[in-house]
Amino acid sequence: MAARLRAPGFYRAGVMMVGAVAFATLLTWAVRASTGHSTFHHFIEANAILTVSLLAVPLAFLIGIGGFDYWFYWAIGKKTRAEDHSGHGAYSWKDYFRINTDHKVIGVQYTVTSFFFLLVGGLIAMLMRAELAQPGAQFVDANTFNGLFSVHASLLIFLFIIPVFAGLANFVLPLMIGAPDMAFPRLNALSYWLLPIAGVMMIASFFAPGGAFADGWTAYAPLSDNAPIGQTFFSVAVQFAGASSIMTALNFLVTIITMRAPGMSFFRLPLLVWANFATSLLVVIATPFIAASQFFVLLDRALRFNFFNAAKGGDVLMYQHVFWFYSHPAVYIMMLPGFGIISEIIAVKSRKPIFGYRMMAFSLLAIVALGFTVWAHHMFTSGMAAWIRIPMAVTTAIIAVPTGIKIFSWLATLWRGVLHLDTPMLFALGFLTTFTLGGISGVMLAMVPFDIHVSATYFIVAHIHYVLFGGSLMTIFAGVYYWFPKMTGRMYDERLGRWHFWTTFILFNLTFGPMHVLGLQGMPRRVATYASQFSSMNLFISIASFGLGLSTLIFIYNMVTSWRGGPRAVGNPWRGLTLEWQVSSPPPVFNFDRVPTVVGGPYEYGVPGAVHGTFAPPATAGASAGIVGAPSQ
Amino acid sequence: MPSRRSLSVASAAALIATALGILISYLIHWFPAQASTQAHNTDVLYHVLVIASIPIFVLVVTVILFSVWQFRVRPGEELKDGPPIHGNTRLEVLWTAFPAVLLLGLVSYSFVVLHDNEQGRPASEIQIQATGQQFAWSYQYPPSVTGGAPVTSDKLYVPKGQSVYFNIRAKDVIHAFWIPAFRLQEDAVPGITTHWRVTPTRLGSFPVVCNLLCGLGHSLMRSTVHVVTPTQFRTWIKAQASTASAGAGGAASGTGTTG
Ligand code: HEM
Ligand SMILES: [Cu+2]
Ligand SMILES: [Cu+2]
Repeated sequence: MAARLRAPGFYRAGVMMVGAVAFATLLTWAVRASTGHSTFHHFIEANAILTVSLLAVPLAFLIGIGGFDYWFYWAIGKKTRAEDHSGHGAYSWKDYFRINTDHKVIGVQYTVTSFFFLLVGGLIAMLMRAELAQPGAQFVDANTFNGLFSVHASLLIFLFIIPVFAGLANFVLPLMIGAPDMAFPRLNALSYWLLPIAGVMMIASFFAPGGAFADGWTAYAPLSDNAPIGQTFFSVAVQFAGASSIMTALNFLVTIITMRAPGMSFFRLPLLVWANFATSLLVVIATPFIAASQFFVLLDRALRFNFFNAAKGGDVLMYQHVFWFYSHPAVYIMMLPGFGIISEIIAVKSRKPIFGYRMMAFSLLAIVALGFTVWAHHMFTSGMAAWIRIPMAVTTAIIAVPTGIKIFSWLATLWRGVLHLDTPMLFALGFLTTFTLGGISGVMLAMVPFDIHVSATYFIVAHIHYVLFGGSLMTIFAGVYYWFPKMTGRMYDERLGRWHFWTTFILFNLTFGPMHVLGLQGMPRRVATYASQFSSMNLFISIASFGLGLSTLIFIYNMVTSWRGGPRAVGNPWRGLTLEWQVSSPPPVFNFDRVPTVVGGPYEYGVPGAVHGTFAPPATAGASAGIVGAPSQ
Repeated sequence: MPSRRSLSVASAAALIATALGILISYLIHWFPAQASTQAHNTDVLYHVLVIASIPIFVLVVTVILFSVWQFRVRPGEELKDGPPIHGNTRLEVLWTAFPAVLLLGLVSYSFVVLHDNEQGRPASEIQIQATGQQFAWSYQYPPSVTGGAPVTSDKLYVPKGQSVYFNIRAKDVIHAFWIPAFRLQEDAVPGITTHWRVTPTRLGSFPVVCNLLCGLGHSLMRSTVHVVTPTQFRTWIKAQASTASAGAGGAASGTGTTG
């Protein structure tokens, strides 16, 4: 037992978490006593202990499961264990529940965890739609309702869309560039384990005194400054989710820059790699801003710093500027990896090279740069200085140009191809239509007088779901089906896949299409009840949304049963040229038994005899096996 | 290459779809009552945006459906590849430049509308202050409007055909002062005063909605704006002013008149 408690794992983590609560309590008492505040049986004190615990307990958990062991050994001068790869690979399901340094295992951990949070967030959405089926109060009170939409959005943004893309890329990106792993496998493991912490914290806020955080995923101050303790769960959870994003993004950047196979120049990179390169730049530059915005709120709440208290010289609008300086780039963090997925699928399933490859890469970089110049389009009605609206509206209109280039390039790739209309391709084509609508409503929102009318209404709810559900989620489904054989070594059920696509596509439009009209007509977002004139349309939307929720069950059923008993997948079921398809499904533990050498572009379909990568003959591979086997860190 | 016939079928379908789309966009009742000059300008802008968007959306969908129709894999083609076309510089320049020009045109037009909507009309303008507080709106009519003591009321009356300049304030957290019938909204922000300007054009009563999450009662933070004739407005405000100076108390004033 003692050995168990000392070895990294859940037992040790449990002990350390208890210790962390004790530490938080003692620290709070000590500080309060030494500053002349009351100590026992005090409500404020309980909140203080909870706040400190929210920071300390997760760190204890990470230390307990062994997230820092290697670095601690190194820091205290102990002998570090030479990399023996004991942390690599998964041989039983238990290997998914420990610190694992294999990017493929981490990719699966990320993806499955994110989908768990998709289900939770989706269930919450069902509750909201039940409440909104009729005006007036049905099932939940206003406080619970505000908690529901806040947790819904926060989970789906921070615990689903952002990490699921990181998960898919974790799995396929090193394979695509011909690398044996990510550049920093231990950092990779740590960044995964930050996620469940953030997610559990957000969900746990429902059990906090006063209920879950209830002022939206945007958490505008000063409302959030004075909200019950549930708000602190959000402020802290965002720190963990954000730290996870930043670590992964750094890891992707270093991996892409330093670990490409011989011959893999930047302009031979598959566009998924380009997309994640661009996304990682956005993440690394922007994420510290949301961390800052939530630290400000935390300090306002816990220690009365009055950053956003106008009566004490605080600046209320500053919160929004800092928040959106992250959160606009974040919408592209949630879209660019999906662009990458779609490029892969459309090229392979149309059997044609991507039309205008270089423009596809450059448009990603243009979006990164422009993405930092548009944030105040979320603030057209905020009361900021009026002139800021003009330049921000221009840049917002202009950012649609690189987005348009991508859509037109995909269309031109379809043209005269040989289209294989299976599930991944159906989702890709569905994405093109729904995302175009989301882009169009986005451009409309760049027009200030129009935005003044619809800002913060259901029109915005429609826009964000057309780009995030019709956009991001469609690409995620497409990507999951596309790489399912590679990740699991099994084929999914094609018939169920098509059912899933058609139900999702139709019910999605029925659910979110009418919301445009609701917003124009005057229905605000984030309301638990509404004027009776909106009731028939809301009832329609609620019914459609229940169907949409059910359609997800087809997907889950397909994934679970196919993973357990689907037909075995061959290495390259789609006849793709990129490197991940040139190894077995699932790939060997160190990805490539022989070092790949890249000799051409990634999408040379239709070019007679074209190859993207070749594999060095066994003799040379033997010589470099040492490098292949030892991920550097 | 796709046949000429299939291309003309697709072009015809796209044209019909565009025409139908534009027609339908006129038939749909997008907006609530249009009760101000600003609302009129914004609605025209919206229709222009919709008309510009429909051909683009139809183009995208037509290319997708046409490709599915003409280029889907046929029996025996399972292992075939498409032609290795890598790009076409002229096409790529075109689909960069054309949207850029279109977007800059639209955004410039939106600035014209914005300017028209916000332009001052000081000659006949009156000022009213709207104050947001969890979870109700109150309105302050200054002496320049009442001609006597300032009036505070939970009722909002505005004269038709006259420019009204709103000063918007918040007492606690952020709210948003939105009147859908006017198509105007601006946040009420603690610590600063924000503004909007409207010229009501239609008599009647329309909803005032708080459009920014402000806490538990947010969904019910609604009130009503009454657009009345200038004469009715003067009568109403006089009545308010006299009750106010009669010592009825600022907060309770306005209850004497029903909307
Ligand atoms: C053509 C490109 C786009 C343009 C021009 C655009 C424009 C806008 C504008 C102006 C707003 C602010 C509306 C308001 O609050 O009054 C907005 C909101 C939003 N957009 Fe977009 N958008 C585009 C694409 C996207 C994409 C690709 C995503 C994500 C995948 C996205 C996600 C969002 C979200 C989440 C919000 C609402 C945030 C909130 O208030 O909660 N947009 N968009
Ligand atoms: Cu934005
Ligand atoms: Cu409100």
